[in-house]
Amino acid sequence: MAGRVWKFGDDVDTDQIIPGRYLADWNKHPEKLGQYCFADVRPEFAQNVKPGDIIVAGRNFGCGSSRESAPTAIKMAGVQLVIADTFARIFFRNCINIGLLVLESPEAARAVQEGDELELDPVGKIRNLTQGTEYPCKPVPPFLQEILDAGGLKPYVQKRLAARD
Amino acid sequence: MPHTVTEKILAHAAGLPSVTPGDLINARVDNVIGHDITTAAFRVLEKWGIDRVFDPEKVLFTVDHFVPSPTQDAAAQLKDLGNYIERYGIKHYFAPGHGGICHAIFPEAGLIRPGTVVVGSDSHTCTYGALGAFSSGMGATDVAAAMALGEVWLKVPATIRFDITGRLGPWSTGKDLILYVIGQIGVDGALYKAMEFTGEAVRALPMDDRFTICNMAIEAGAKNGIIEFDETTRGYVEGRVKEDYLVFHSDPDAEYETTYRWDASAIVPMVAQPHSPANVAPAADVKGVRVHQVVIGSCTNGRISDLRAAASLLKGKKVAKGTRLLVIPATQQVYLEAMREGLLEIFIEAGGMVTPPTCGPCFGGHMGLLADGETAISTTNRNFPSRMGHKGSRVYLASPYTAAASAVAGEIVDPREVK
Repeated sequence: MAGRVWKFGDDVDTDQIIPGRYLADWNKHPEKLGQYCFADVRPEFAQNVKPGDIIVAGRNFGCGSSRESAPTAIKMAGVQLVIADTFARIFFRNCINIGLLVLESPEAARAVQEGDELELDPVGKIRNLTQGTEYPCKPVPPFLQEILDAGGLKPYVQKRLAARD
Repeated sequence: MPHTVTEKILAHAAGLPSVTPGDLINARVDNVIGHDITTAAFRVLEKWGIDRVFDPEKVLFTVDHFVPSPTQDAAAQLKDLGNYIERYGIKHYFAPGHGGICHAIFPEAGLIRPGTVVVGSDSHTCTYGALGAFSSGMGATDVAAAMALGEVWLKVPATIRFDITGRLGPWSTGKDLILYVIGQIGVDGALYKAMEFTGEAVRALPMDDRFTICNMAIEAGAKNGIIEFDETTRGYVEGRVKEDYLVFHSDPDAEYETTYRWDASAIVPMVAQPHSPANVAPAADVKGVRVHQVVIGSCTNGRISDLRAAASLLKGKKVAKGTRLLVIPATQQVYLEAMREGLLEIFIEAGGMVTPPTCGPCFGGHMGLLADGETAISTTNRNFPSRMGHKGSRVYLASPYTAAASAVAGEIVDPREVK
């Protein structure tokens, strides 16, 4: 499914993604977070984002706090995929755990423009329908792919717990 | 084969003879730590149908972010957390009034052991590296898994060594050292890596400064920060840590991805300017920036020696007109000690507000937010856009000396000028 791009720069931190003041009891109603996503730095985002849209960012996307509410807010806003040059490590783990697709592609991070239409093809290439180009992306490490394929961390935990009994 | 201290701790926790950077391992965790926002991890366990934690003695909880509860949502979260604590039988729970900020209270209470693996749902969990432990922050779902299993999957990080030679000057602290390091390598300069701090300048530092240094490893993107166990560490854990612990050292010929060697004489009182912990300059270079608020506290700099440092410059002085001073002891014990030593009197007579232990202003939650156009100098760890309040506000990060001196001046100053 093609999606429209929201372009961001380097070092987008989790406070920008979801400000701390929204975190009291966020997990009871995670679906509420989408409306606050990028509330301070890009207030038009939550108003105009459409299901299936794509975020493309520079280096170190998601740096800062360990808040899982950050990828949750992005997911609840309807974003299907985040592409970045690099990701901060806690954020990356959190995305895998909540099932938000994240891909590293320095090429896409460089070339993609705000508003471009992108499509992820089944072999893992990112196709830019607006510019008529395509970009490679780093494959998700096999171990993480297993977690994703299993539907998140729950089956992994249950398997390991069962192995002990 | 020689190894770094991080690799040795992880090999031991994984039950392996050795590990190499890049290896995927399952590591036994000694402690899993959390705070009020980590209530989310209990909700995950509940959703997964898991009704017990791996060891109720080893899951540590406190209340520090939204405390005292500033909103009804926060109050509801605190109530739910209390219920989960009871239901899961968590033994070490520091309710409001009984503990304080996670990365100060858990070491203070002797609950973190050198040589172990600690994970927690707070990015500054890397603080415990100061005790010679491997510690790393994760999100709620990872932490829920660790609470259930008593283990985590990890990719063994390569280590970057920071060898700081010489001695810090009397007005330079662990905070200035870590700001200097982050200023040199950037906010992703240690992405996915271990940061090992060593050298004469680090060895000479007391524990409180070491906690500050390891606390901010995450601000360079690191997985963990660590300082090898030595006599200073032993002095801190003796009488505190009741259980046995393990001591690991890096081999002299261990392989580091990079070694940075800097002389401590370059580490003058520093500030991180808006809006990045890596936007670092000597305090003297930004002299004259007007400050509306000064915050002294947090998991980075809210320990007793931090309050002593601040008090030494505030004694008999007044906070400048138009500037607010907030002093936030990191734990109830720090608060008591500060009271007994007469530090609270110094802060109050100077015109400062002393609050209970809380993360409130640090993360822009409550208890001292900034208005549009206001500037703060703060001993906390992050100065991202809108971190402490309005998106039009600005935060400078600094040591307790620099923050206190700036409170008196009403503008940023190098503490050496006003001592």
